Amino acid sequence: MIISGRVWKFGDDIDTDVIIPAKYLRSVDKSIWPKHVLEGIDPTFSSKVKSGDIIVAGKNFGCGSSREQAVLAIKWAGISAIVAESFARIFFRNGINNGLLLIECKGISNAVDNGDVIEINLNEGIIKTKRGILKYKPLPQFLQEILNSGGLVEYYKKKIKGSAP
Amino acid sequence: MIFGVYMATAIEKIISSAIGRKVYSGDFVEVPVDFAYFHDGTGPLIIDVLKEMEVNRVFSPEKIAVIFDHAAPPYNDQAATLQAKVRKFIREQNITKFHEIGEGICHQVVPEKGYVAPGMIVCGADSHTCTIGAFGLMALGMGATDMAYILATGKTWIKVPETIRIEFKGFLKKGVSSKDLILEVARILGTDGATYKVLEFTGETVKKMSQSSRMTLANMAVEMGAKTAFIEPDDKTMEFLGREGKIYSTDDGVAEIISIDSQYIDPKVAIPYKVSNVKSVTEVEGEPIDQAFLGSCTNGRYEDLLEAAKILKGRKVRARLIVVPASKTTLVKAMKDGIIDILMDSGAIIGVPGCGPCLGVHMGVLGEDEVCISTSNRNFIGRMGARSSKVYLASPQTTAASSIEGKITDPRRYLD
Ligand code: SF4
Repeated sequence: MIISGRVWKFGDDIDTDVIIPAKYLRSVDKSIWPKHVLEGIDPTFSSKVKSGDIIVAGKNFGCGSSREQAVLAIKWAGISAIVAESFARIFFRNGINNGLLLIECKGISNAVDNGDVIEINLNEGIIKTKRGILKYKPLPQFLQEILNSGGLVEYYKKKIKGSAP
Repeated sequence: MIFGVYMATAIEKIISSAIGRKVYSGDFVEVPVDFAYFHDGTGPLIIDVLKEMEVNRVFSPEKIAVIFDHAAPPYNDQAATLQAKVRKFIREQNITKFHEIGEGICHQVVPEKGYVAPGMIVCGADSHTCTIGAFGLMALGMGATDMAYILATGKTWIKVPETIRIEFKGFLKKGVSSKDLILEVARILGTDGATYKVLEFTGETVKKMSQSSRMTLANMAVEMGAKTAFIEPDDKTMEFLGREGKIYSTDDGVAEIISIDSQYIDPKVAIPYKVSNVKSVTEVEGEPIDQAFLGSCTNGRYEDLLEAAKILKGRKVRARLIVVPASKTTLVKAMKDGIIDILMDSGAIIGVPGCGPCLGVHMGVLGEDEVCISTSNRNFIGRMGARSSKVYLASPQTTAASSIEGKITDPRRYLD
């Protein structure tokens, strides 16, 4: 599978408080989360982001709180993948568990600029950028399965309950 | 050891005995979870995910605790409505280990009640679950979907982590606490220096330290990206919990050792907006502050209130001081011992036990450009309020001294 999209580029240590501040978490209306996504860095981000866009970031993306709303805010804003130098551990789990494609790829920060279009080839584990092709290590089989199921909920239904749609 | 000769880290041994075979770092395994907990912040989403999973019954209600600490008491109708939803779930599922608003922060209440014991695998739907790694167990912080899966199956998948050992040698100088030690570790490792790894704290300083001070060390492991923290348990650990457990020790397999001479550590401050932006207090002294916060799962325990009271006794604060005890037990003891009186005489206000202003939603939110010195663990942009506000992280001693002067102050001036 190949996906391509326009890049929104961020730096290192993008934490969950800037992805979605705690003041929006205690909301009965979940549509509020994507509306405020990444507001801590760029208050106009949610109005500019388009479905299919890709986030490229530096080290330690998603550090901080365990709030899964950080993943949901990004996913529901239409982001199709996050490619980062590295991810914080809980964010990584939350992302895979919600079927959000997360790719750890060393060197990605220097290879792309904001607004570039990149192409990710999931079968081959490569990313095409204007500055060349980068290789990344694909997810272990087991996590791939969760991601392919669309997340841990679907995986659970399929594997444990045997009642997948 | 049940597997004959098996030299490994304590965490590898805990996982191995849980699944009945030797494991090594890098292995992916599914492990049984001995205890799980979540709070009012993560609860509503967990319940939604369980519904999506079509799970009607949790795996084992007596192995689950729920603690209301994040919006305690709720600050608006939506927060209250979400709490009501969690209460309903708790009743339906017969979860009896439920702690209402005002009983304290989950990472404090869970060990105080003796719900966990050394050697266990414990999962919490909160990133600071690593705090209870100070009790010689494997503590894993997780998100809502992972927690829902655990509540459904009693299991979770993990990658067996590597261990970084931090050895603290010698004694702490006057006016220096375990908070200063862990800030120094943050400076050395940076915000991602321990990603996916376990930080194991050892050495003479840690052995001499109270169990509460050890919790402060473990608490901030996640700020360096660590999967969790681990401290080998001893009598003090068992006394805190009021129960025994299985003791595991690391005898081999450590990926990296960092040795720190505690007597050379002075009071530290983490400058906004990074926890690893750590400087000696002498380098930032004089920075004006509007508010001081003494509390959180890092430093809201009895000894923290006591150390602050020693400095505040007979003095008045210039910057408003908000004190939020980590649990009701802490508050009651501090009240009986006259510590609350001392704090209030100095001008402090006392909040309902729980997270307080730590997460920037209530009980002391910062306005535009306001500056706070805080004993908590995160100084991210907007963490405690407005985007332009600033949070400096420090020990209870430094926080108390700073509130007296209305600017960042070296606490050693107030100790003789
Ligand atoms: S005190 Fe702060 S860091 Fe600790 S659990 Fe509560 S919100 Fe999180």
